[in-house]
Amino acid sequence: MSRAAQAARPAFTGRKARFVALCLLPGALFVLLFTYYPMIRGAVIAFQRYNLFDITSTPFVGLENFRAVLAEDRFWTALRNTGTWVAVSLFFQFFLGFGLALLLRRHFRGRALYQAWVFFPWAMSGFLIGLLWRWMFNGQFGVVNDLLLKAGIIDERIGFLASPGWAMTSVIVANVWYGVTFFAIMIMAALQSVPAELYEAASVDGASRARQFWHVTLPHIRPTLALIVLLRIIWILNFPDLIYAMTGGGPAGGTDIITTFLIQQVIGGDYGRAGAVGMLVLGLLLAFSVFYLNATRFERSR
Amino acid sequence: MRRLAKGTVLAVWLLITLFPLYWITVTSLKPKAEIFSMPLRYWPGEVTFEHYADLFSFADFGAYLVNSLLVSLAAAAAVTVIGVLGGYTLARFSFPGRGALMLAFLVTQMIPLFIALGPLYLLMSDLGLLNHLAGLMVVYVAMLVPFATIIMRGFYERIPVALEEAAQVDGASRLAAMVRVVIPVMLPGIAATFVFAFVQCWNELFLAITFIDSEDAKTIPVAMNSFITQYDIDWGSMAAATVVSVIPTLVLFAAIRRYIVEGLTAGAVKG
Repeated sequence: MSRAAQAARPAFTGRKARFVALCLLPGALFVLLFTYYPMIRGAVIAFQRYNLFDITSTPFVGLENFRAVLAEDRFWTALRNTGTWVAVSLFFQFFLGFGLALLLRRHFRGRALYQAWVFFPWAMSGFLIGLLWRWMFNGQFGVVNDLLLKAGIIDERIGFLASPGWAMTSVIVANVWYGVTFFAIMIMAALQSVPAELYEAASVDGASRARQFWHVTLPHIRPTLALIVLLRIIWILNFPDLIYAMTGGGPAGGTDIITTFLIQQVIGGDYGRAGAVGMLVLGLLLAFSVFYLNATRFERSR
Repeated sequence: MRRLAKGTVLAVWLLITLFPLYWITVTSLKPKAEIFSMPLRYWPGEVTFEHYADLFSFADFGAYLVNSLLVSLAAAAAVTVIGVLGGYTLARFSFPGRGALMLAFLVTQMIPLFIALGPLYLLMSDLGLLNHLAGLMVVYVAMLVPFATIIMRGFYERIPVALEEAAQVDGASRLAAMVRVVIPVMLPGIAATFVFAFVQCWNELFLAITFIDSEDAKTIPVAMNSFITQYDIDWGSMAAATVVSVIPTLVLFAAIRRYIVEGLTAGAVKG
């Protein structure tokens, strides 16, 4: 073994083991105690009757919480809304982000400055973004209504956040506004990873720019694109902040997604039921995560 | 022609991106009567700072700012130290359980902490940490440790091992070599990790509103959440609060933009 390799992967002896343990222990303990332990306890509570207003008796009730949740219309509405929320947000974020990335691909004067400015939604929390758009979509004094009226697109003000259909559209618009930059950044990074020789070879062969895009660029970045999309799906699922601030899941559950539904259960104090919803969300996320991790491993081994 | 079209599209997108920030700022500077009057004015007829003054006199915004600052600074500092140590061992040693630990950390990046909000509340109550800034802090540390560790590991892996070896040959211990030779090289990355962790804590909402309801432990998001009443929001104050709370994060994020992009690509940063 070369000296360098020895230093990089030293044998696992007593002194070194102690060093490793000391370095990793604080982090591992925090994560174990404040992330994994609550999750496990949540899994147990899901099978208990556990209401914050009566914690003297917390009997195990089998699948009762799950049955109660699955029997609720609001849960199924939330699940359907989750599908709409993820799919529509993702669609527009992806294509607008892709477009932006293509426009920013070639260097031009002021590009760095431009990127810095369009990056700004990223500094904001989902909560603040939700509040911002809640004000802009206000039915009476909202600027969106005013602009649409001025442009002659509508004749009278719309109560955007007061009707379920419009409310869903509104939260998705806000989410798209926020997410396009993410896709633009990630896709730009992917585009820059395409070796220049490939384009040179293609243009020697006389391929047009459109053909180069279809036959050189796209195949090269497709695995990365798949990963970005998968990751983004998980994040949009995990993103109740914006909806919470904009509509609180209303009107009448019209913008509830599964994670806002979960948070309402916790606020309501029925931890047994919240645990059951949590487990259902966890199942969904784990399925995606396993899929994602497998895909990344696949990516690295190529 | 092509360039003109491209320029136009880019300009329109920039306008769409920046307009909400402009609008909330303008709202925060309008007198109350003007916020709720027609026709809407796109530039305040009369600029006033009354909403900002209200925040600090009527609501105790100064105290909330200090609370947010304390929690975020302390949690970010702790997370950064933990990440610097943990990332180093993950990058430089191979030991049993290394893969499992990495996986355990990565999985938490896919699962939001609020999934266990109820049990976390019970845990904090058992530990007597409800309504304490210290309680919020430890949960934030747990929330951000995986991110900090994973991203630090990436930074270390880009530094040649020879650098440390040279120091160790000169008789320095492993820890001394790390502190004196490796960490200075990584300083920008460490700073970026600290800043990112700070902003995450500064912005966090759901854990904070679950654990905190006493006036003297409220952070800014908790306070702003309590501005939302069922029927009415005082949009002047809300706009001012938004501007005040977003300015530090805007400045900080602009400084570490390059690193966020790297973190995103490595899967360490949650969006």
